[in-house]
Amino acid sequence: MENLVNIFVKSVFIDNMIFAYFLGMCSYLAVSKTVKTSTGLGIAVIFVLGITVPVDYLIHNFLLKEGALVWLSPKFADVDLSFLSFIIFIAVIASMVQLVEMIIEKFSPALYNSLGIFLPLIAVNCAILGGSLFMQEREYNNIAEATAFGLGSGLGWFLAIVGIAAIREKIRYSNIPDPLKGLGITFIITGLMGMAFMGFMGIKL
Amino acid sequence: MSEEKEPLFSGKNIKLLTEPLNDSNPITVQVLGICSALAITVKVKPAFVMAVSVVFVMAVSNVVISLLRKTVPPRIRIIVQLVVIAAMVILVDQFLKAFLFDISKQLSVFVGLIITNCIIMGRLEAFALSNKPWPAFLDGLGNAAGYGVILIIVAFFREFLGSGTIWGYQVIPEGFYNFGYENNGFMILPPMALIVVGIIIWVQRAKNKKLVESN
Repeated sequence: MENLVNIFVKSVFIDNMIFAYFLGMCSYLAVSKTVKTSTGLGIAVIFVLGITVPVDYLIHNFLLKEGALVWLSPKFADVDLSFLSFIIFIAVIASMVQLVEMIIEKFSPALYNSLGIFLPLIAVNCAILGGSLFMQEREYNNIAEATAFGLGSGLGWFLAIVGIAAIREKIRYSNIPDPLKGLGITFIITGLMGMAFMGFMGIKL
Repeated sequence: MSEEKEPLFSGKNIKLLTEPLNDSNPITVQVLGICSALAITVKVKPAFVMAVSVVFVMAVSNVVISLLRKTVPPRIRIIVQLVVIAAMVILVDQFLKAFLFDISKQLSVFVGLIITNCIIMGRLEAFALSNKPWPAFLDGLGNAAGYGVILIIVAFFREFLGSGTIWGYQVIPEGFYNFGYENNGFMILPPMALIVVGIIIWVQRAKNKKLVESN
């Protein structure tokens, strides 16, 4: 249990998707104009990461990894399908997003309306595929750890996008040099936020 | 069709190739493809390899999608695009693993992330789906080159100021260190990539007033 909490906290603060790996920057920059929309997108990302990382974990461990097919027959002990992982992960993500969209539409129309067009967009959000690829690279021991990592990364992304949206709402009233307006200043603010988050780096978990 | 008589390098086609280098640069103007751009710009060499990989993936998948544009039903086009891109990325990944193993280790998951690089999807949607293979090829080449140029500029400054080297070769003379010159270790850390890109955008827009945003 302690281990799970460690992985969760680490992926929220220390290995933050935005500030440490720049994943999901495209939607982070495009959708962070108001706090309301960015909250919606952030929640959708937590949701989808929380589902796709464990699913891809199972696929990686029972289908793709070297020797993963032994449960079918001992003959497959040296079959290594991991070169297929990109194409399978992206297919899983695209279909999961579709599935999640349908489930939410059925059971919670209010949430569905507030997430709006963000759900389909998430399929091409680098943070989602990045989550699965990092999970593959770091070799978590069991599915609970992978889930903790997925949810934690989602929460870290959520914090980052809501933070930058709040700052951008305020900065509209500041006097910024013309060429820096819009994109330029957003990059620099994100850099400054990243420096602040680096303060967590020293924490040993 | 009169278009077929158009020379291969007509003015319009040249423009497809050169415009993304400045006026519609994918990173600094269209805000696409930043995801995988910044994490690998600590050193020039991996940034260069990344840029070349993106050029390859983008040019080839633009051509493939452009050839398929009349046969793919619009409803399933996204999944077809993803499959084409993913297949190209697998080729690049296997190639890097076989011939440039150290760099492939440094790039780690970011080779895979070329798949979700918004530039590629964006250009496929916006250009390749409605144009012939040759202009689509040039468009892919131009946009990927515009992306690569920014990548290499950022990597140049980060490596020069952060490690005192370029392409792994020492460029700041040993003597400087004896007089108390220190590498700026901060340049190697992630936040500085964002700030360097912010400054590039600042310089570019200060020179090119029509790119300035209103709010």
